[in-house]
Amino acid sequence: MKNRVVITGMGVVAPNGHGLHDFEQALREGRSGIRFFPRLEELKFSCQIGGMPENFDEIRTRYFDHEKLMSLNDNIGYMSVSAVDAWRDAGFAFSDDNNGQVDWETGAILGCGIGGMDTIAERVVPMVNEGKTRRMGSRIVEQVMNSGTSARVGGLLALGNQVTSNSAACSTGTEAIVDAMWRIRTGLAKRMLAGGSEGASPYIWAGFDSMRVIARKFNDQPERGSRPMSASANGFVPGAGAGVLVLEDLETALNRGARIYAEILGGYVNCGGQRNGGSMTAPNPEGVQRCIRGALADADTAPDEIDAINGHLTATFADPSEIRNWSQALKRDPQDFPYVNSTKSMIGHCLGAAGAIESVAVVLQLHGGFLHPSINCEDVHPEIEAYGDKIPHTVMEFPELKIIAKSCFGFGDVNSCLVFKKWEG
Amino acid sequence: MDEKQIFQEMVNILRPYVKDPALLESATKDTHILDDLKVNSARLVDVIIKCEDVFDIEIDDDDADQIRTIGDAVDVLQKKLN
Repeated sequence: MKNRVVITGMGVVAPNGHGLHDFEQALREGRSGIRFFPRLEELKFSCQIGGMPENFDEIRTRYFDHEKLMSLNDNIGYMSVSAVDAWRDAGFAFSDDNNGQVDWETGAILGCGIGGMDTIAERVVPMVNEGKTRRMGSRIVEQVMNSGTSARVGGLLALGNQVTSNSAACSTGTEAIVDAMWRIRTGLAKRMLAGGSEGASPYIWAGFDSMRVIARKFNDQPERGSRPMSASANGFVPGAGAGVLVLEDLETALNRGARIYAEILGGYVNCGGQRNGGSMTAPNPEGVQRCIRGALADADTAPDEIDAINGHLTATFADPSEIRNWSQALKRDPQDFPYVNSTKSMIGHCLGAAGAIESVAVVLQLHGGFLHPSINCEDVHPEIEAYGDKIPHTVMEFPELKIIAKSCFGFGDVNSCLVFKKWEG
Repeated sequence: MDEKQIFQEMVNILRPYVKDPALLESATKDTHILDDLKVNSARLVDVIIKCEDVFDIEIDDDDADQIRTIGDAVDVLQKKLN
């Protein structure tokens, strides 16, 4: 007997909106958060556009005192604000001093892809090289350690169950949700915060720029730059932000009268072994299809029950291959294919945060009965033209929407897939 | 700079690290930085660095280890400044 897992709270800091209301509005309007950054031009990046949460320096001062702010680089800051928002959204109070009460039943799995690179680049490397190590102060380790995000949130919310950070490149956010789901299912926790974050820094984006995998042809039209499933896609647009979901044991949620957004029916993670078409940077199709089928089996959901797919769909050469993998895994031809959209079309590819922010988008769509547009693909890629009718280009009201499958794939040939169902009581 | 001025400067330096600023209102030389002001022990390092910047001096680790109260800090600073 496994415990059922539901979502009772969410928080998001995205390039096109902070908070559930703003983010949902942006999704419905097809509002892009992609902008041109002069700094990237100065640094001679090929891609000079990106998705960065707006006004964040002002936003974070509304949440944390001066002492805490000094320890929050962007990565940890995005995660901390999202986690506090999710916690409050789930109906809990956030207080600095809760009389020493530790919540032993709640934990957190909050990961990132690359993490505190800005702290390393702007503080650690220059200061160490200048012989100023003893002047770096006490706040370096907590900002560059891989568990920096979960460690900070664990302290903010006095969490006493497992508090850890996962890392699986661009699959991090969804992997965190799958892992947290299992912890609740098996009875090891009543409640888990799950999510991902990524800082906004040229030092994070540089490696992708030098790989020539990011968009370089739309520097003068940033909002058109992120083009998943488009014939004119020319690489992904890097993004930043965080998303956090509060996962809860169904019984616990019902007992406390929590508002429930959706149920996580199932999930699966695997790796393609970097064989048979898979590599460090490309997925083995068999691995992807096994992951999708694994998630459906875990969810006890038939392929024809999937109403829509929120894909990984980054705007690289891999998009058509992803659609084919979904089609084969679900055994559903173009005519019979679920609707499909890419949240990245509006926010870019938020790397370690992608799966978490996009899962927030999935749950908002289920809860609100709509599918957000997948923008910038009026010219659907010729290899997937047959699926063109399944891509919403404007917001689609969909009151009967019940189940969305969400996938993410990452460097290392790692895959994750989740099946979410609208909560109908 | 006399002792009173150094004390006041020390209070200013500590302010960002103290959760409850009211605790500084009644601070004396005997006020313990960790126990009374509830400053996180890891942040003492940052307080020392700030002192070095504000007073343009260097405080070696042995001297820093002696600092428990605001008065201890004032004594170390006075010794360095004179």
